[in-house]
Amino acid sequence: MSSDADAPVDAGAASVEDLRAQVQALQEEVSDLREATDDDGQKSMTIIATKGTLDMAYPPLILASTAAAFGWDVVVFHTFWGLDILHEEKSKNLKLSAVGNPSMPMPNAVAALPFMDNVATSMMEKKIKENGTATVEELIETSLDMGVDLQACQMTIELMGYDEAEFYDGVTTGVGAATALQHMADADVQLMI
Amino acid sequence: MSTYEPTETLDVKGLSCPMPVVKTRGAVDDLESGEILQVVATDSGSMSDLKGWADSTDGVSMLEQEEAEEDGDAVFRHFIQKE
Repeated sequence: MSSDADAPVDAGAASVEDLRAQVQALQEEVSDLREATDDDGQKSMTIIATKGTLDMAYPPLILASTAAAFGWDVVVFHTFWGLDILHEEKSKNLKLSAVGNPSMPMPNAVAALPFMDNVATSMMEKKIKENGTATVEELIETSLDMGVDLQACQMTIELMGYDEAEFYDGVTTGVGAATALQHMADADVQLMI
Repeated sequence: MSTYEPTETLDVKGLSCPMPVVKTRGAVDDLESGEILQVVATDSGSMSDLKGWADSTDGVSMLEQEEAEEDGDAVFRHFIQKE
């Protein structure tokens, strides 16, 4: 009888030891995972900015500066015409296209006249000023001050024949698609504008 | 009138999105824990935006928001405390 009574006790002892080892292994795994994913709960956003018109320069800059105000880690990767937003001289002269914009109070045939882009741009600039909306330049300076990483795609810098010195101070150059993807993979919000 | 006594006041009258939120962030960063910032804006979107910002940002809380009229214009006051 005694051996019968001992048997369950031994089995119990062994399984407790097993469980202890399993719990310890799991604790270590959880601790490793925590370490790997610990980002203090900080959110992150990647925006790909591809357009260089006055109206399309605003959404990425407004979202980027606001996200930075939330304490997010923000990267805006500028490529193709999006580079003009970071180009110190061109950013101050971004144009609004009158053609193909159904919101314009004129037919396309009129909008296509050579001076119409300038008229539409002047109208927009006037409204921006009257409304107290920040200029593109102000939003860039603000974003950079707040720690937004404004990146200029190296391949398109060369394709467009730009010089790195023509961009705002603080703009990141020498980056490509892989850098953008690396940030996007970890980001909570990814946008292509 | 609000019952809160602000430590600092940030005037963002005449500025529109995203500047009220962006400038509030900077002003809050300069506060000590427990101090209260009053933000005065004319942008009606600031009611929703600053509430949303305060709710999803660690270390700040929106104590009160009020709409008033000043010289015939709507003015929005926000009282934000740094925790």
